[in-house]
Amino acid sequence: MKELVVISGKGGSGKTTMVAAMAQLSDNPVLCDADVDAADLHLILSPGVIETHDFMAGHTASINPERCNECGKCIELCRWNAISGDFVVDPVECEGCGVCYYFCEQGAIEFPENLSGHWYISESRFGPMVHARLGVAEENSGKLVTRVRQEGAKIAEAGSHDLVITDGPPGTGCPVIAAIGGAAGVLIVTEPSVSGRHDMERVIEVARHFSVPAMVCINKYDLNEAGADDIQRLVKKNNVTCVGLVPFDPAMTKSMVQAKTLFEYDPHAPACEAVRKVWEQVLNRLA
Amino acid sequence: MIISVASGKGGTGKTTVATSLALSLGKDTQLADCDVEAPNVHLFVHPEFRNEEIITVPVPKVDESRCTGCGKCVEICRFNAIVNIADTIMTFPELCHGCGGCQAVCPAGAIEEGERIIGVIQHGLCNGMDFLHGRLRIGEAMAPPLIRQVRSRINPDKTAVIDAPPGTSCPVIAAIKDTDFVVLVAEPTPFGLNDLELAIETVKILKIPAGLIINRSDIGDMGVADYAARENIPVLMEIPYDRNIAEAYCRGEPLVEAFPQWRRRFVRLCEDIDELVAEIAL
Ligand code: SF4
Ligand code: SF4
Ligand code: SF4
Ligand code: SF4
Repeated sequence: MKELVVISGKGGSGKTTMVAAMAQLSDNPVLCDADVDAADLHLILSPGVIETHDFMAGHTASINPERCNECGKCIELCRWNAISGDFVVDPVECEGCGVCYYFCEQGAIEFPENLSGHWYISESRFGPMVHARLGVAEENSGKLVTRVRQEGAKIAEAGSHDLVITDGPPGTGCPVIAAIGGAAGVLIVTEPSVSGRHDMERVIEVARHFSVPAMVCINKYDLNEAGADDIQRLVKKNNVTCVGLVPFDPAMTKSMVQAKTLFEYDPHAPACEAVRKVWEQVLNRLA
Repeated sequence: MIISVASGKGGTGKTTVATSLALSLGKDTQLADCDVEAPNVHLFVHPEFRNEEIITVPVPKVDESRCTGCGKCVEICRFNAIVNIADTIMTFPELCHGCGGCQAVCPAGAIEEGERIIGVIQHGLCNGMDFLHGRLRIGEAMAPPLIRQVRSRINPDKTAVIDAPPGTSCPVIAAIKDTDFVVLVAEPTPFGLNDLELAIETVKILKIPAGLIINRSDIGDMGVADYAARENIPVLMEIPYDRNIAEAYCRGEPLVEAFPQWRRRFVRLCEDIDELVAEIAL
């Protein structure tokens, strides 16, 4: 079993639309949506949910005023200033470190585990899918990403699926680190903008840092051909393979509006041919 | 006043709005890029960087000669960042949240505070405007402490515009919490609507007044506009799709500079936000 993780550094480069298109092109994949902060893949694939699981992660403190003698120890120890002068914990600020809970001599602090979100096992028209929803204003997205990938891998092993395609999160921090470790490859979908280029450079470095082979695909390359050439040079310099250029194509957005993949929306759209080629290259690289 | 610009997901035009808004507010403004995992604003406003600070978080350092092996530090740590391996207390700085619990609990005084570098903050000037951004070190997982450090360097007596990271979890909370107004930027598509709903839930939890800018307003459907109307979120501006705008963005040109006719609309946007904030204060 091999896992391909698709990331972009910045959002809006067409990553999820590409993942959906590639899901359709591949043979019997398992799909994971690891962009748990803003999961969108299910909007195209409309999977039928089979199992829903609670995602418990982290703890949040709260003070029971009946037992609190207002000694102030917790306020003094809390490094996030999460406890107000009148001994109320702000759950948004609380980091869940438990230091106040440990030191309160009155046993006035409760420290329950959080329900931070949910994850789902579903069936989509292209194969089994694992996805999740992190509660808003929650932490621990990295842990939820890890859970989604683990479940995806389990399903792949159990059902002899050769490939897991994971729609990854943006950025370079904890969710991305959780999303790429141990993958067979990452496909970075970028666009020929100054920010697309900058963020691509950062995620190439992250992939290198964690020793995951990276590939790059430039979407909407014709919006700035000079910029796309630049990116290709940069990619080469970094010893990363450019697996293809995809032209700007309104069908990318229009297909999403209709909850269809690019190929379902219009198999003759200009981007289709290019995405097909990218996919061939990706498969070659993974093999 | 601090105005933050946020969106449920990236690539919606957040940076376009943040830069154009700041450039329209004039000299006495600060522009702070809090998207420390993917800081992009500088690519559009080309600040002249003046200085750089290295940002660290506290991590424990165990003095083996004093440690009695009692295990209290291991017991208090919620993040498995300090563990007992073969009778030696080892720390895993990259997992440490810097809560100070181990140090506070150690009966032998064997734990001192060391530091771990998480990134840098760079300060600069562009057109007389203060610019600053954080850059998370590659391989570093924890963005929120760096974002909080960027926030702490904003002068609250001046107007500031914050470009927030995408999403709805801890990094965005660190960037927008306690700001005076959030401008949410969304695209009128099913993805845009899904992510906007999450973003609105987030600003509601934080109790920050919000307004909406619909970017590429003519590429999708009515879902986003209908939702905003239902939720009573004022639509502050619509930016239609225009290939010329997209191309200028690719080249790194701020909207109000590539298309000066937009400057008036952004000045107007500043006034509208001022009015909305004043109304809420009443
Ligand atoms: S440490 Fe316990 S008793 Fe003291 S102020 Fe905090 S909650 Fe109250
Ligand atoms: S658990 Fe930690 S962060 Fe939360 S209130 Fe207690 S000391 Fe503060
Ligand atoms: S400072 Fe807190 S998180 Fe870090 S090792 Fe000590 S107890 Fe664990
Ligand atoms: S609490 Fe202090 S003495 Fe006890 S094991 Fe930890 S470092 Fe050693």
